[in-house]
Amino acid sequence: MGASITEEEVKKIEDKAFAIRKTIIEMLAVSGSGHTAGPLDMADIFSALYFHVLKHDPKKPDYEDRDRLFLSNGHIVPVRYSAMAHAGYFPVAECLTLRKFGSRLQGHPERAMLPGLESTSGPLGSGLSQAAGYAYAARIDKKNFRVYCATSDGEHEEGNIWEAIMFAGKYKLNNLVCIMDRNNIQIDGNTEEVMPLEPIADKYRAFNWHVIEIDGHNVREFTEACDEARAIKEKPTLILAHTIAGKGVSQIEGDYHWHGGGPGKGVPSKEQEKTFLEALNQSHVK
Amino acid sequence: MLNKSAKLALNIFENPDKAGTREGFGKGSVEAGKLDERIVVLTADLAESTYAHHFQKAFPERFVQMGVAEQNLATVAAGMAEYGKIPFFTSFAAFNPGRNWEQIRTTICINNVHAICCGMHAGLLTGPDGATHQALEDIALMRALPNMIVISPCDAEEARKATLAAAKAGRPVYMRFAREKTPILTTAETPYEIGKAIVMWKAEKPQVAIFTTGPLSYNTLYSAKELEKEGIQVSVTNVHTIKPLDENTILAQAKEAGAVVTYEEHQVHGGLGGAIAELLVKNAPLPMEIMGVQDRYGQSGEAKELVEEYGLGISHIIATVKKVIARKQS
Repeated sequence: MGASITEEEVKKIEDKAFAIRKTIIEMLAVSGSGHTAGPLDMADIFSALYFHVLKHDPKKPDYEDRDRLFLSNGHIVPVRYSAMAHAGYFPVAECLTLRKFGSRLQGHPERAMLPGLESTSGPLGSGLSQAAGYAYAARIDKKNFRVYCATSDGEHEEGNIWEAIMFAGKYKLNNLVCIMDRNNIQIDGNTEEVMPLEPIADKYRAFNWHVIEIDGHNVREFTEACDEARAIKEKPTLILAHTIAGKGVSQIEGDYHWHGGGPGKGVPSKEQEKTFLEALNQSHVK
Repeated sequence: MLNKSAKLALNIFENPDKAGTREGFGKGSVEAGKLDERIVVLTADLAESTYAHHFQKAFPERFVQMGVAEQNLATVAAGMAEYGKIPFFTSFAAFNPGRNWEQIRTTICINNVHAICCGMHAGLLTGPDGATHQALEDIALMRALPNMIVISPCDAEEARKATLAAAKAGRPVYMRFAREKTPILTTAETPYEIGKAIVMWKAEKPQVAIFTTGPLSYNTLYSAKELEKEGIQVSVTNVHTIKPLDENTILAQAKEAGAVVTYEEHQVHGGLGGAIAELLVKNAPLPMEIMGVQDRYGQSGEAKELVEEYGLGISHIIATVKKVIARKQS
């Protein structure tokens, strides 16, 4: 296990998470389409990944021994773009090209378009398979890097992802960590109404995974969970991150209508941008 | 007459050797595995039927049993290809690419990684298993995807060479294979290059250019020989790569003959016939007949019975050639 994270480091990650959220709101307001709740609620975890957990080098995105971060629920990619920009992969200003013609920042991530992406994703339920295939291949070659895969809760309604969970459990892929954004919402409503997932932790355990449940907005809990996963040798690990959809913007928190959509209906309109940023400032002061 | 430069087998017309094209995959994958350590083979509970068990035996550490999970089969392969492995992922064509088409589209083709989808038991030759297991739409499914190479070998030897070539393609590949043992037309000396069609039968003044793909191709050669006896001259070109299409060879053969027949063990929509029609309509619109399965599903039966029932026998080819000649003359 790595050394325990210091208060200073926690503070730095939280400050970066604030900056990441701010950029998310700005980029969505400019793009006029996309997804809001997921990117906002995963900002703490993506901040922790890019500013503490991952071995990576923004100046050399393809360096061989880097840790790999797969994003399975590709629609929350604004949080990844924002985190990457703040980490130095590209200028933060480029975030404002999200979803525009000619931009590297495609509506759903495309590996070939932007260095630092590990996969092309968007259609739900297949990212964990890619991460598992990657982890399996890395094990053949006795590589030491870690493979992380961010997933949504809603995409666990797909059959493909359970095939991946079964596969990773069978082959004891201890270099693989699945991070589930358990924000309880999806497009048509709350997950437990659309298609119940519970008891989701027990389901993973039954498929031979190690499960760690955390508060997805507590960066200390997240980084410690990543450390714990590193010490689990006989299984892959699920970090089940309980989050609040739209975290940081009080007026939309927990509301499934803010999963995504168009201006004023799922993504902030130009008018809402200001009030969202004010709410975000408030939450950060608290 | 047989095209000498194609260096075909000498016993094509008399007691030819026979093997399933999947056997060619089995051999080719082991040869490729010896040449390149990056090659891995995945299967979805069909190691023996897909002939992946040859690779499994030779390289157990590079063989991956996926269970009956074709969506995961394709996407795990995509992840391995992202890493830098060269995965051949195998199952029956009805499920791979039948069930996992979207996964192939997103994680392999848009992603543009070098992973090779191997669809076994393709076509009517699957026989007694019936309609559900006789993939007749796979070429159309794969041909529509940008970045994808689509290969349909005519015999086990060509399948072996195609497997070796696919291992070096550097981008997504779909290969279709059949179960039934069919005549081996080509030899180790027959040239093989992805995207390069092979003229198998030539004539001094061909009246019809026949384009064929897959393991029923021998029927076109047998038909050419019969037609020759009747004084009807044709050419036969084996289009083993349906994408990218060998436009130069196909246009040259088609223009020389002035009429075209295509022949495949696939739906008439979206397969070889469709690909050649798209080419000709832009460059050389000619009388053309598309032989294949006429918008129907398969059924149980012996391969031979099904070939006749679905209008793909030698008598059907001869009749179709005469029909297109009549159209040309009218």
